[in-house]
Amino acid sequence: MMKIVDYVEIEGRSIGYWVLLAILGAGAAAGLGASYYMEHHGHWVTGMSNQIVWGTPHVFAVFLIVAASGALNVASIASVFNRVMYKPLSRFSGLLAIALLIGGLAVLVLDLGRPDRLVVAMTSYNFKSIFTWNIFLYTGFVVIVAAYLWMMMERRMNRYSKPVGMFAFVWRLALTTGTGSIFGFLVARQAFDAAVMGPMFVVMSFSYGLAFFILLLMWTYHMSGRTLGDAILLRLKNLLGVFIAGVLYFVLAYHLTNLYAAEHRGVEQFILVSGGIYTQAFWIGVVMLGSIVPFLIFHLPSTEKSRLGIAVGSVLVILGGIAHIFVIIVGGQAYPLVIFPGKEIIESSFFDGQVASYAPSLPEVILGVSGIAIALLLVSIAIKVLRFLPDSLADDVVFSVGSDAVLGEEEKAAASSAGA
Amino acid sequence: MSDNLTSVKQSKLTVSSNNVDRRGFLSSVSAIAAVTVAPGVALVGFAEARSVDKEPVTDARRWGMLIDSSRCVRGCDACVSACGKENGLASYSRPQTDVQWVRKVTVRDTRTRRITSLPVMCQHCQDPPCVDVCPTGASFRRTDGIVLVDRHICIGCRYCMMACPYKARSFAHESANNQKSHAPRGKGTVEACTFCVHRVDENSDRTPACVEACAAQGHGAMVFGDLNDPNSQLSKDLDKYSSTELRGDMGLNPGVRYRNI
Amino acid sequence: MRKFWLFFVLAVVSTAVSGFVFAGQENALLSGGAVSKWKGDACVEATPVMRREHMDFLLKQRDETMRQGIRNGPYSLKGCIECHAQEDEQGQEIPVNASGQFCQECHQYVAVSIDCFQCHVATSEPRK
Repeated sequence: MMKIVDYVEIEGRSIGYWVLLAILGAGAAAGLGASYYMEHHGHWVTGMSNQIVWGTPHVFAVFLIVAASGALNVASIASVFNRVMYKPLSRFSGLLAIALLIGGLAVLVLDLGRPDRLVVAMTSYNFKSIFTWNIFLYTGFVVIVAAYLWMMMERRMNRYSKPVGMFAFVWRLALTTGTGSIFGFLVARQAFDAAVMGPMFVVMSFSYGLAFFILLLMWTYHMSGRTLGDAILLRLKNLLGVFIAGVLYFVLAYHLTNLYAAEHRGVEQFILVSGGIYTQAFWIGVVMLGSIVPFLIFHLPSTEKSRLGIAVGSVLVILGGIAHIFVIIVGGQAYPLVIFPGKEIIESSFFDGQVASYAPSLPEVILGVSGIAIALLLVSIAIKVLRFLPDSLADDVVFSVGSDAVLGEEEKAAASSAGA
Repeated sequence: MSDNLTSVKQSKLTVSSNNVDRRGFLSSVSAIAAVTVAPGVALVGFAEARSVDKEPVTDARRWGMLIDSSRCVRGCDACVSACGKENGLASYSRPQTDVQWVRKVTVRDTRTRRITSLPVMCQHCQDPPCVDVCPTGASFRRTDGIVLVDRHICIGCRYCMMACPYKARSFAHESANNQKSHAPRGKGTVEACTFCVHRVDENSDRTPACVEACAAQGHGAMVFGDLNDPNSQLSKDLDKYSSTELRGDMGLNPGVRYRNI
Repeated sequence: MRKFWLFFVLAVVSTAVSGFVFAGQENALLSGGAVSKWKGDACVEATPVMRREHMDFLLKQRDETMRQGIRNGPYSLKGCIECHAQEDEQGQEIPVNASGQFCQECHQYVAVSIDCFQCHVATSEPRK
């Protein structure tokens, strides 16, 4: 009765596939062009300024980096937590993790003031900087996950996949904590300076990474005409529901802590009540569309088993995630620095005490979105070239694999000897 | 490639700064000796001792500033324009992205309604957050307390601008032109007030352009000097008057202090 | 054995090419003559030393100046420019990185792109 999971490349000969590659390639090229335009003229052609120093490119870059570490979760569940049912998904999970990270890093690097000095960032370090830690965490992540993929895909190395998977899991926790700490350690700014940022980013990564994973899994199986059973999809969906609630819990903890301290009430008032676009992005984007609506879709009896519902819910989680990072990064900068507590600023030539305005320009939006294109381009090529995806994830395949977990090693041995 | 050299050199520099400490110690010993022999005269001699041709700056000095906001005149921006002129800062009439190394701010106390005006620039902290967060080590603090950006290895990530509590740093959003040869600056890197380090290095009696301009206006709201030298006007003023630091809650020990805010 | 011949040919070719480059460099520089009209006729070091090591001198002094405040050293970029910047017919200084000028002529020849002048001004301060 045991079915063997058969990993097969997608055929990738249809016109649709090449059109997709062309579109994604064009997206990546547009990002490079946008970057060149920004670097050639200088950053004044963007909406970023001395007030909003990190803008749309950073929102997309951080989102992709956070989602990348989360995308690895499915593999971690299989190899670290022994849920064998998820095992057939592990390879794709690792691939997605690498692709999303590279997409995010590309955007981050292309937005630097001097991207031509990337080699400086690789040779000259200040080890007190969280950025420096992250440079190692990110490059290390790619190397470790690539090794993990090798362990999983090379039969001889299979036995090492568990320890390597364990290491990758620990590394990704460190990575996302590091990413959150980029903001958490910024003691000067009212909206940042919170230790909860690190753990909050970890849970955010669970959520966004899994949403990306579900969406791409459904899409590739649909497009390649393979079977994706309900069993695995519904489990992934339920897990995403838990992660959504987890993110909301951290958001609640963060804002409650700030609301309690008088010195932070200004920034809370700004984000939660009077911040215009940031307030809307928070309540409508993060809370309503990004959390409550998908949670309801995933759990209401009428939609909980609907594939369309799962797809829509995952898209909403992703959009809500981008909104969340936008509120954190741009909203956190839009609220002015409090240099003179107890004083109001009535004149300044440098926008002190004023809420900063930010209108992203087209090139920076293109650059940001191109990160997603780069990630998807890598995935599209990789699944054609290498065997990442099982040719079927029908329920009987998944469950026959899953039953391994239920049976112990001895029972399995007994079963196989009885069969022989 | 050249930047590799930089990092090698930097490590050499760290080594030599250890020597500096020893030298600093020896010279303070000799200074004490000198004080016992010839008070006053010897101290002045010591303060002038560094030869800019050969000797590195040491932590025997710490440059600082005291700004008296009661003497700072609302509407006067002599310091700001002097800074722009001295350092070749161009304005493109795009206030959101134009650089500002020093700016004028007018504040009103929300309870007492008292209005004060004051310039804000890089506060040259003892523990600068910009230096902590800089990934390449481009943000650095000279041993004499001046916080600078090494624009040869700045990659333009702007993390320092996120970290600075004073909004003291600007990003060069445009290609630079008409730079001064003592103040190189270029597109895509971060820059800030240097305490007019080129002036201070040439002659320790010279003051930054803003201080000079403020004095020339007859306001004299800014006093520049060596915080470590008890005989400097700055130290005497700090002894005499109460002063405060911006964002004192952060414990950064800035080199710039304020009176009568 | 085939490998040996491959290496041998490579070695011969590279020696020949580098010989030409050096010879060419001599020619280019000797004929150029874009040198000081202000400060006498000798550079801070002998010409062969400067050709080989000027970049190291510059980088070392730059770090000492910037990080340690040691000013007025002999190897400053400012010093290069003060001596080597030429004037056009109107008496206007030509940037040293303009085509055919002192810095650019040589670096262009050896295909080295320098980014000094993205930040540093390529002319000297007006002489008082």
